[in-house]
Amino acid sequence: MGADLLRNRHVLGWLQAAPLTLVLLGFLVAPIVMIVIVSFWGATEFSIYPAFLWDNYDFLFSSPVTYKVFWATFKYAFITWALTLAIGFTVAYFLAFHVRSLTIQIALFLLCTIPFWTSNIIRMISWIPFLGRNGIANQTLISWGVIDEPLEWLLYSDFSVILAFVHLYTLFMVVPIFNTMMRIDKSLLEAARDNGASGLQTLVHVIVPLTTPGIMIGTIFVVTLVMGDFITVRFMSGSQRANVGRLISNDIALLQYPSAAATAVVLLCTVLIVIAILLRFVNIRKEL
Amino acid sequence: MDRRPRSFYVLAAFFALFVLFLYGPILTIGILSFQGPEGGLTFPMNGLSLHWFRDLFQQQAVGDIWGAFGRSTTLGLMVMITTVVVSVMAGLAFRKRFYGSGLLFYAAITSLVIPSILISLGVGLIFNQLGLKVHWASSGFGAQLTWTLPFGLLIMFAVFNRFDKSYEEAARDQGASAWQTIRYVVLPIIAPSLIGVALFGFTLSYDEFARTLLTAGSYNTLPLEIFGMTTNVTTPVIYALGTLTTLFSFLVIGAFLLGTWVIGRRRARLGSDAGSAL
Repeated sequence: MGADLLRNRHVLGWLQAAPLTLVLLGFLVAPIVMIVIVSFWGATEFSIYPAFLWDNYDFLFSSPVTYKVFWATFKYAFITWALTLAIGFTVAYFLAFHVRSLTIQIALFLLCTIPFWTSNIIRMISWIPFLGRNGIANQTLISWGVIDEPLEWLLYSDFSVILAFVHLYTLFMVVPIFNTMMRIDKSLLEAARDNGASGLQTLVHVIVPLTTPGIMIGTIFVVTLVMGDFITVRFMSGSQRANVGRLISNDIALLQYPSAAATAVVLLCTVLIVIAILLRFVNIRKEL
Repeated sequence: MDRRPRSFYVLAAFFALFVLFLYGPILTIGILSFQGPEGGLTFPMNGLSLHWFRDLFQQQAVGDIWGAFGRSTTLGLMVMITTVVVSVMAGLAFRKRFYGSGLLFYAAITSLVIPSILISLGVGLIFNQLGLKVHWASSGFGAQLTWTLPFGLLIMFAVFNRFDKSYEEAARDQGASAWQTIRYVVLPIIAPSLIGVALFGFTLSYDEFARTLLTAGSYNTLPLEIFGMTTNVTTPVIYALGTLTTLFSFLVIGAFLLGTWVIGRRRARLGSDAGSAL
């Protein structure tokens, strides 16, 4: 009887998946539930108390700051997405179709992915000597005579925020796009050429459509990472710009947990809607 | 081999610029961490010295860097081992297409795409309301797993999508039990990929920031410590620390890559270990 039960694939499957399930229940589902509950609670200056109030949401939706900050978040996500896609696609295209030796392909691919395994904080800090008032960029431009005075908008601006996002997250585009490109049957490209397609036509009509799943996976990564960010914007803008993540972290710093929770719920819904739309274009499990 | 088209050279130059963009900044702070004692946060170099590295090894005025390093390494190892074991089990489970596996898969994807600050906030609130103290080894550990496990799981999907089922069938036909098939056939075949999962587990935990922020408690991990330093340290000592921890990361990555390579070589040399299970 017991042995029969263990041979049932549903039972065995759940047993093997039990550790993952437990972690996700305890540290993903429970926190989300908790945030939803707390978003209806009330807060005094130094404590929070259980209640069922719509105040947090009322305040959130009636404040013009909310709309401004959500707009900024979408703006960062869109610009970063466009740039990482353009750069990531080009890099992956070069690696997949122009590098001919597999060994060199793997070596260059690793070169692109290694920074992913190092610290994001350090990678952000490392832009400061570049972009500062007396940084390398300004000094170089001045010595070339391009500008007379240091550019102020290089650091602590939208520019530096987006630069850092692109720097941190382009890898998330390169890897999935490269992965799908490597699985394209090379004979399809030959067929296109034999039928008289130009390089550009092959790219647009053969490679891009076949690479769409990889592009979608990269898009999911980049969009969610940027939309959920709170630290890059704070650090790279010198606290002069805001996105939704910063709105939440500011509330947390002021111990206004219910208000933070309400904003978090709205952010989560926004992100999940975006993901749900993107997932309609790709079956992640099949594409790996 | 036919001649390379002109587009090759344009793209190669683009690629080179991209690599420069990736590594340039970190090289810069690598150089700047050798600033002289009077040097500042930007060029020009004011002499050349190990002053700022020496600063790191002296009694800290800025915080408990070595304690934080120890905690981050310990936590990284804990997360690494858990990630490998849990991902492999889950990877095996998902091959069975059990009832409800779709839901669990979407939960894992949610875990990956959820804004990190929600995990931080939610876990913090739960511990708070239960009257528990947040600690890097409990709440911090769990919060980091929500980031590393989905990566481990996705790698396992990639591995099992390429896995030739006939090896297992052969083992079964020869009378191997389910456990023997996993232990002596499946695990040895996927071993190199497990090194990859371990690499993700360790490095993603070692550098994790957002999900650990509200869940680490009073003892900081290294990324939290470094971030704290950015607001109150204005000397190149922070570059020296950045250089050291990045070198450590490179060392870890190198060790893992070497491990994969060695296993591949050994396998190529020794061929099969058929019969060793008997």
